[in-house]
Amino acid sequence: MAMKIGTGEFNDRVGTGIKDSFMRGAVSSAQERFQSRRLSAAEELGNWEDWRSHGEEIRQHVLENLDYYLYQLSENVSKRGGHVFFAQTAEEASEYIKNVVEKKEAKKIVKSKSMVTEEINLNAALEEAGCDVIETDLGEYILQVDDHEPPSHIVVPALHKNRQQIRDVFKEKHGYDKSDEPEELALHAREKLRQEYLNADVGITGCNFAIAETGSVTLVTNEGNADLVMALPKTQITVMGMERLVPTFEEMEVLVSLLTRSAVGQKLTSYITTVTGPKEEGDVDGPEEFHLVVVDNGRSGILGGEFQSVLQCIRCAACVNACPVYRHVGGHSYGSIYSGPIGAVLSPLLGGYDDFKELPYASTLCGACTEACPVKIPLHELLHKHRQVIVEKEGRAPVSEKLLMKAYAFGASSPSLFKFATKIAPTVTSPFTDGDKITKGPGPLKAWTNIRDFPAPNKENFRDWFKNRPKGGAN
Amino acid sequence: MNGTIQNRDAFLGHIANRLGRERKTSVERPKWKYNPQDEVLKNATQDELVEVLKEQCKNIHTNFVLSNSKDLTESIKKVVNEYGGGPIVAWKDERFDQFGLTNLMNKEWPESGVDLHFWDHTKGKENIDKANYANVGITVSDVTLAESGTAVLFSSKDKGRTVSFLPATSIVLIPKSTIVPRMTQAARIISEKVRSGETVASCINFITGPSNSADIEMILVVGVHGPIKATYIIVEDM
Ligand code: SF4
Repeated sequence: MAMKIGTGEFNDRVGTGIKDSFMRGAVSSAQERFQSRRLSAAEELGNWEDWRSHGEEIRQHVLENLDYYLYQLSENVSKRGGHVFFAQTAEEASEYIKNVVEKKEAKKIVKSKSMVTEEINLNAALEEAGCDVIETDLGEYILQVDDHEPPSHIVVPALHKNRQQIRDVFKEKHGYDKSDEPEELALHAREKLRQEYLNADVGITGCNFAIAETGSVTLVTNEGNADLVMALPKTQITVMGMERLVPTFEEMEVLVSLLTRSAVGQKLTSYITTVTGPKEEGDVDGPEEFHLVVVDNGRSGILGGEFQSVLQCIRCAACVNACPVYRHVGGHSYGSIYSGPIGAVLSPLLGGYDDFKELPYASTLCGACTEACPVKIPLHELLHKHRQVIVEKEGRAPVSEKLLMKAYAFGASSPSLFKFATKIAPTVTSPFTDGDKITKGPGPLKAWTNIRDFPAPNKENFRDWFKNRPKGGAN
Repeated sequence: MNGTIQNRDAFLGHIANRLGRERKTSVERPKWKYNPQDEVLKNATQDELVEVLKEQCKNIHTNFVLSNSKDLTESIKKVVNEYGGGPIVAWKDERFDQFGLTNLMNKEWPESGVDLHFWDHTKGKENIDKANYANVGITVSDVTLAESGTAVLFSSKDKGRTVSFLPATSIVLIPKSTIVPRMTQAARIISEKVRSGETVASCINFITGPSNSADIEMILVVGVHGPIKATYIIVEDM
């Protein structure tokens, strides 16, 4: 299934992640920067807890009335002349999009970054249809030019690559002969991509928030790529996870504010764009044809159950940036397009326990993710729930929680993550604290014993961060 | 003409089923328990909002110019020159006349050889070509958000979406009267229009400074797909 990335076993991927020192440095410095920007963006508002509660109540209301709001959304898209396709599965979604593209005899497709199109493995379907698919988000574009490397971070997909590596990729693939200065690298991508937008037949985007009352879709970027994807090609296809909607513009703005502050610490990103249907009579730019594809792909299975709150997610990656485990192992270790705490909760739900049963163990249950989440998803509780389900189902844990904790204790000097986890974690109630069947023997344990090789976290920053983090329920 | 809707009933039926109830045919928009957005810049005067906007421009790599109707022409000319002159593409917007820019845009610039193109829907695709080659794009903000430093642009046939994206640099005129505290007020303005039966513009851009990216080693690069530089010129209209 397309959610899965990387081929090796979980433990091998973790090993590779740990060995790549640039990646590790990049991840931890990115985490620190995002984290501190997020905290100051939150602090600035003064009443961040109210904002979070508001975000939570909006998301919960939408989930509880999801059928109604999707109905309203589709009616309003249709009234504006747009087409709506409800896709139960990833395959149905890709198939529909492929058909639209084939009908248009499209050769070139420009895309703006979207997790859901990754999830349904859309690029493969489009390439099968003989199309040239170009990712326009700078980070995604770099990965694509580099023979389709998978992204390692939701917000910064090429986080694991340094500028020399990027220069070498452009040099090898495009004959680029300039420096490795980020400005020059970006300018190169700008020039290349400008031509692509102008020549593309179809533009494909994800959707941050659809608006039921008006039949609109909202895209949030800093680069402006989504805008050109939506403005220039004759056909626009927007793909959304079925839960990504709000009742009106008024709730959209609240969630966008939460998203941009939590994701990148900005009050708003450079471009927030709301598009409603195809262009109007007389308009010159904008698509002639507009398609909205609403994707279930396992989400309805989460609805109505004990994991429902994970569907509140607005994909800001604040939990990823707060996660001490992510810091050590990097995004690729998760083996899923969704990494970090949200990935560890969501991947087994969407992709099944068979492929992702180790992920709920990639956590110390310290609760930093839950505290960071702008829509108050109790992430660490959900991770704990997963572990219970897995143990019930398999009769044992795929990795030993006890050893995992020990491993952290060895790897990180004082204040160790181990102490951190056991002392501070709200509930580390292990269902298998002793007599655990798999404490002996090789197998999956190896990965976690290897965690001894983890470097100590940057103590100062970690301590500072911990001391300064906002306490739950403050304000 | 209405667009098609496929697979809806089965899809929504399944959702209702998972939620353990019949499908809902109407839902009241709730009265929310929390309304933190109303607290931001709650009692600020228009002049205070201008100050907030000015401060915020420093964070978003945007040049801020305060101007009154008398020196507006000079202000625009100065910024355009700093950006290296034409070609220019601008919306065909009656507000330029109201701000006293007719002479500059319809006479002075064309006569002095500055290539200025007004976005005109009757000219079709030529508009896009002009915008793509333009050095400067000029638009007018419909609503302006002080807190974030955001210009809200409603597209229409003579106000092309790409005027604020394709040119290398961007100038947005900000009528002082359009400045509100934050996105909350803009969302309400739009919602009120919708509820009074107006159709919402096919594209609404909330633009906050020039385009940028930190995708390479988390180093900020200003100017990626959209404009590389941006200036807001505040127009005294009240
Ligand atoms: S779970 Fe919460 S913090 Fe994590 S990405 Fe989703 S909304 Fe953001």
